[in-house]
Amino acid sequence: MSKINILKPDRANLNTFLYLGSFLFLISFLDVFFNSFFNLNLTGFLPNFLSFVLPLVLGFIGLYFIRIEYSGIKKLDLLNKHINTNNFNAVLSLLIIFVIIKSIPPILSWFVVDASFAGDSKDVCTGTGACWTYIKVWMRRFMYGMYPNAEQWRINLSFISLVLLGSVGYFATDKFKKYLTLYYVVIYPLIAFLFIFFFISGGPVFFDFSYGIIAAILSIIIGFFIPGRFKFYYFLIVPLALYIILKYFLFFEEYIELGKLDGLNWVETGAWGGLSLTFIISFFCLIFCFPIGMAFALGRRSGFPLIRYISVGFIEFWRGVPLITVLFMSAVMFPMFLPEDFFIDKLVRAIIAISLFEAAYVAEVIRGGLQALPRGQYEAAKSLGMGYWKMHIFVILPQALKLVIPGIANTFLALVKDTPLIFVVGLLEIVGMLNLAKTNPEWLGFAMEGYVFAAIIFWIICYAMSKYSYNLEQKYKTDR
Amino acid sequence: MNLKLKDIVPQLITVIAVVLIFGFFTYNAQINMENRGIDFGYGFLSQESSFDVQFSLIEYDGSHSYFRAYLVGLLNTILVSVIGIIIATILGVIVGVARLSPNYLINKFAAFYVEFFRNIPLLLQIFFWYFAALRALPLPQDAEAIFGVFFLTIKGLYVPAFIWQNFSIFFYSLVAAVIAIIVIRIHAKKVQENQGKQIPVFFISLGLIFILPLLSFLIGGVKLSFEVPVLKQLATTSFIYEGGVSLPPELIALTLSLSLYTATFIAECVRAGIQGVGKGQKEAAASIGLTPNQVLKLVIMPQALRIIIPPTTNQYLNLTKNSSLAAAIAYPDLVLVFAGTALMQTGKAIEIVSITMFTYLTLSISISILMNWYNKRIAIQEK
Repeated sequence: MSKINILKPDRANLNTFLYLGSFLFLISFLDVFFNSFFNLNLTGFLPNFLSFVLPLVLGFIGLYFIRIEYSGIKKLDLLNKHINTNNFNAVLSLLIIFVIIKSIPPILSWFVVDASFAGDSKDVCTGTGACWTYIKVWMRRFMYGMYPNAEQWRINLSFISLVLLGSVGYFATDKFKKYLTLYYVVIYPLIAFLFIFFFISGGPVFFDFSYGIIAAILSIIIGFFIPGRFKFYYFLIVPLALYIILKYFLFFEEYIELGKLDGLNWVETGAWGGLSLTFIISFFCLIFCFPIGMAFALGRRSGFPLIRYISVGFIEFWRGVPLITVLFMSAVMFPMFLPEDFFIDKLVRAIIAISLFEAAYVAEVIRGGLQALPRGQYEAAKSLGMGYWKMHIFVILPQALKLVIPGIANTFLALVKDTPLIFVVGLLEIVGMLNLAKTNPEWLGFAMEGYVFAAIIFWIICYAMSKYSYNLEQKYKTDR
Repeated sequence: MNLKLKDIVPQLITVIAVVLIFGFFTYNAQINMENRGIDFGYGFLSQESSFDVQFSLIEYDGSHSYFRAYLVGLLNTILVSVIGIIIATILGVIVGVARLSPNYLINKFAAFYVEFFRNIPLLLQIFFWYFAALRALPLPQDAEAIFGVFFLTIKGLYVPAFIWQNFSIFFYSLVAAVIAIIVIRIHAKKVQENQGKQIPVFFISLGLIFILPLLSFLIGGVKLSFEVPVLKQLATTSFIYEGGVSLPPELIALTLSLSLYTATFIAECVRAGIQGVGKGQKEAAASIGLTPNQVLKLVIMPQALRIIIPPTTNQYLNLTKNSSLAAAIAYPDLVLVFAGTALMQTGKAIEIVSITMFTYLTLSISISILMNWYNKRIAIQEK
């Protein structure tokens, strides 16, 4: 055995230092562990300050002893490389380990051990832990707002069907893959709107089926004489146009509501709320802000100076103001700008405001992608004889959008996180409902539980979204 | 001719559409205001406001004008933004560097922090701090002193007030120190470029910034004393601290949540910036014999800053705009004082909302103009 220099751990005395170091580290670890989990101060006989600092000092010396380069033990080398590269890192590692050990018991006790789950009144919440009973009792309000209890199946059913319809893309065969974009951009939002308008809201039916059928049959008959390449546009426009002409111009029908779907009562949007409202608002704002943003991004790069200035003005205006003032505007200022007998629901106003606001951010993100594309792409497309729209739709935008997936995902995340702001216009989604429940005289003093609950929900949603966007990014990554 | 028409028509259509929309809105607004008997104008700004604000940096009460109420709100917004920006920057840089640490635990801890605070809505965080966390603080009479002078209570944080004598001399000494440092830096750069000698600028600056103000204490007759807050009993159960400076809980909750939230984004900017500097740069710099400190100072940081600063400024702007969420917890910022209380009292929706938006707009556009100028200045001069 060679001479041991206690200040210089080396390979020659590997075992001595390893045992000594591990022992010291173990003592410091156990000290903190017992202190934290069993409320037992092993070093209580020492003066206060010393007993407080001792584990850190012991652990530090222990880590110093086992910091031996090329020890030949794989695990030790790995440990040294990752948490024990030098004195500074060793101290930081120790601190983090101690903080984690110290914080586990109080967190665990608050969340689970001392928390109350059972019962349905405030009386069960006597412990020092969280009162999850509060969440349980108020669950319906947090999820559905003031939506009548008996009608909540409508929201559930709509959401389930919309999720199912939304997942069509995963099951589509190759033959239908090319229609998916159309489906997700036009048809799916339309279905979603119809669901929400007729089913959740119980809105009146304006559509007259008899004229609708006549218009459909007529347009199909005429459709036979339309050349194939126009058929798509033809069926996009003509049936609706025929319907309007037939109903309002040929037979001069009054613009009246024709009744409601059976058994569905009208639930005004003021009663909507909770998490379902968060989803509804996020969904529609996502759908609207994307095309608007894309249009303004193209506008900002357009060759026409006037269109460019208007786009720049729009983007810079919305990006320069906080969302809360935009919502203020939609609440107090916007009604002044409309004709007197014209009324727009406050939910719709909020959706418009948030969409326009986020569209400006989407526009800037997409512009970044457009700018990042090499000129060669534009020139190649032009040299193939493509016009402006063809070039953008088939060559530029697919590549640019692929590039900016992370940026767009961030904007969408920001949008979801901004939805609680709609309290400004008087709509209460989940955070708003929490604030309402908090002031209920029967349930005072449970603010913490409510906010933790909402934070967990939002965290899960946002984290899932960011992971999904990361997957998308990896999937569409192409070497360039 | 044909080509020109093709250029003009789309622009004309867009302009006409925009003009029509604005015209429609203005027309309706005029009619609506006429019907409701509201007149348009900014004259109300000089009227007496007759409402009170809990917390203001300048002297203000109900007898002052609406314009002064606007200033109170603006200053409160600026106060919370500046404090938030300072804390967020410090925290963000630390976390951003920590995320690049080779230490597994530090790395994961930083990542956890970023993922945790970034994915929870800011408003929820503000509510959490204000309604849940800060409400758990002790009452004034039960508060324990931190270092003997700070008192953290449910009614806010009480800190000692500085009481200066001859403050102006101290201030001038600080200004003199800063000017001296700038002169020395310029000189040092010149010397290095001409003769290749290095002057220890950092230590000289450090010395200057401490010694000059110290001299002002010793020679200039500057005196500093502290006024420690003292507990005072108002009634049997009502206590209050007197003296010192009190920071209301709204301000604490707001700065805390704003800086914790924004720091996550700044951390990501810092990380991206440092990662964006190629490994080859570091190796090349080391191979021409620069010391690790010089590598960091002369090669890595200038390049990393070029990547870091633009998105970070964006985050500062976001923080400033997000400070408007103050309205939700009744911190008297611009939105609450002006777009809230003043609007309720005067009913001048269009004027007040437009002033508020215009203020934020000016703030962001001036910063982004500054940013563009800076960006151009530091951009790589390609030949």
